[in-house]
Amino acid sequence: MTEKKTPLLDELEKGKWPSFVSEIKRAAVRTEAAAELLQVLERSYVERRGHWKHGGIVGVRGYGGGVIGRYVDEPQTYPALAEFHTIRINQPSGFFYNTKTLRTICDLWEKHGSGMTNMHGSTGDIILLGCKTEHIQPIFDDYSDAGFDLGGSGSCLRTTNTCVGPGRCEFACYDTLEACYNITNEFMDELHRPMWPYKSKIKFSGCSNDCTGSIARADCSVIGTWRDTLRIDQAAVKEYAAEGFDIQGLVCAKCPTKCLTFDSATQELSVVGEDCTRCMHCINKMPKAIQAGKEKGATILIGGKSTIVQSAFMSWVIVPFMKMDPEDDFAEFKDFMRRIWEWWDENGKTRERIGETIYRVGMGKFLRETEIAPVPQMVFRPRANPYVFWNQDDLDTSSVEL
Amino acid sequence: MAKLDQGPPNYKEMLPPIIKENYGKWKYHEIPRSGVLKHVSESGAALYSVRVGTPRLVSIDFIRDVCELADKHTDGFLRWTTRNNIEFLVSEEAKVQPLIDELDAKGYAVGGTGAAISNIIHTQGWVHCHTPATDASGVVKAVMDDLYEYFNSMKLPAKLKMGLACCLNMCGSTHCSDIGIVGVHRTPPRIDHEKIRKGTEIPSLVASCPTGAIRPDPKNKSVIVNNDKCMYCGNCYTMSPAMEIYDAKNDGIAILIGGKVSNARSAPSFSRMVIPFLPNNAPRWPETTEAIRKIIELWIANAQKGERIGEWVERIGWEKFFTMAELPFSDMLIDDYIFSRETFRTSAAFKY
Repeated sequence: MTEKKTPLLDELEKGKWPSFVSEIKRAAVRTEAAAELLQVLERSYVERRGHWKHGGIVGVRGYGGGVIGRYVDEPQTYPALAEFHTIRINQPSGFFYNTKTLRTICDLWEKHGSGMTNMHGSTGDIILLGCKTEHIQPIFDDYSDAGFDLGGSGSCLRTTNTCVGPGRCEFACYDTLEACYNITNEFMDELHRPMWPYKSKIKFSGCSNDCTGSIARADCSVIGTWRDTLRIDQAAVKEYAAEGFDIQGLVCAKCPTKCLTFDSATQELSVVGEDCTRCMHCINKMPKAIQAGKEKGATILIGGKSTIVQSAFMSWVIVPFMKMDPEDDFAEFKDFMRRIWEWWDENGKTRERIGETIYRVGMGKFLRETEIAPVPQMVFRPRANPYVFWNQDDLDTSSVEL
Repeated sequence: MAKLDQGPPNYKEMLPPIIKENYGKWKYHEIPRSGVLKHVSESGAALYSVRVGTPRLVSIDFIRDVCELADKHTDGFLRWTTRNNIEFLVSEEAKVQPLIDELDAKGYAVGGTGAAISNIIHTQGWVHCHTPATDASGVVKAVMDDLYEYFNSMKLPAKLKMGLACCLNMCGSTHCSDIGIVGVHRTPPRIDHEKIRKGTEIPSLVASCPTGAIRPDPKNKSVIVNNDKCMYCGNCYTMSPAMEIYDAKNDGIAILIGGKVSNARSAPSFSRMVIPFLPNNAPRWPETTEAIRKIIELWIANAQKGERIGEWVERIGWEKFFTMAELPFSDMLIDDYIFSRETFRTSAAFKY
């Protein structure tokens, strides 16, 4: 093992936050690739620039994605990094593991790769960081035998992701873990074999706290909600009051629609159910006293993405309420996704996210062609300009002289 | 022969018994102390989750260490969070303190719950990406070391989420975080005409530019960049290796603040740029850590209880924020892209 100094990186072994430098050093004891990674990174710190060559197309038989090819720019100096590819492994719903599974991941990676990982990539995948081209297929074969599959990369359905959901959260309005697992399995072909204009992501959040950040980080954001009224346990409200919790100031006054009233005399909390927009604030503040309604499902929002090209978009409402039912195999959601992907595949330009396609051609056209009825919940406010497109075939042309 | 399309491992096989038994029947939760969540089910069963920070970029040795702890304290059950923390899932209260004691003794970072700074969602940086304008792991380590006291306590006005992206692709959550740290370039790409002729699809390259700064040059079988229209996003380099854009002397970091994704109280919002450039001063990025600390301390001193950074700034007004933060305001912070007009002040109501 080459012993070389890394004075700048060594600085980052100090301090209380766990150090990634110490982690690379641990892997460097075992593999030349990790040792050289440390050297390249030290050089980047000195020179203030990256040292990875552009792009790289590698993969496994049968799939069009899942592996990110990477090559160092000076292979003679860093032979162990001449090929340093990333493999994305599809994570279990909610990132739940037992140690047996984690040890299997480690053992297989020790056999084939650099020993470095990301737990986890931002989309959700287990990231195996750094292997040679000739090892990619054996790695996949081994992980496949152990019950793992690759995640997505390229112009495909990317790996889906979910919050912890009913596994450990009283706010969950649908079974996010099962939805994520079931729906990922339904769309295996779309995930493994890129066939679309660009990438497409789905994230499942059990309530509008949106712990996966789905509204900003997924083309399709599935956010749990309910359709009936908040349920309030008045005895528990009194307990909060008795503890000196400022219900009026910290809950009622912060309610965005001012639909909550706290009667300080009777110490009762009441809600005008139809005015509530289900923002979760009061439930977050008083989880022992306030619960979501009973009629649960999800709001489906479309279009979320980051900056490139047309600015960052947050997803916007397309279906205000949809049942997310494991009993019927999430049939309504799957049918919805197939319809909108098909439309996007027809209409989207190369490297155009679905949000940008809808923005370019217009919501009206998108809704008509996907047969989704427009509703006021889709907008914050109606348009202010009068530049309206009318379908000329619908007009009365009986007396028009041409 | 590998089995194709078998999908992820089934999560159900990795849920601890207490979760299987109380799945979807959780009644409420509490945060007994920083780094510990207590979830109580309708049956009365209580699950304790002990949260630990990680650097995200970890070796298999780290994962094995964590497995050893889980075998000893939690019957081998644990999970990761959407912010790349680990949660040990403890089914008996008596087992919580021994776990924490061992975590503390071994130097793990216990915290990240409630009104705290949790882990920073971040990207690849100089460790593995070809388009970064800054490093990810190093900046995150520097910022979290500096703000560690807010990770293992719950003394902030509200939770604070940070995201870091090493370029304008903004992988992760930078565009929707309370504080976003983004790697930025400040010089146009350098065209390698020979490389373009060899292997670049010119129409896709031209289409990749948000400002239309790139046009085909058929005579030369290459492209021309109008430097006046280029704002150095680097998307052309993503499309073509011939458009190298890194510039060690001029690359650096921009700071955005005020984003959030939750719907609580106010609608989800984008983060907004307040500092257009800070230098890549590796390995500790002191200008960046100092700027972030200053903004956070101003927020702590002035926000109402429960107010996220964006909610606080929107209440007091951005003009007041700039005064209070003593941050220079320049035309670089005034939007001039597609949706800019909505960000101008079309009202006579403002503070001096």
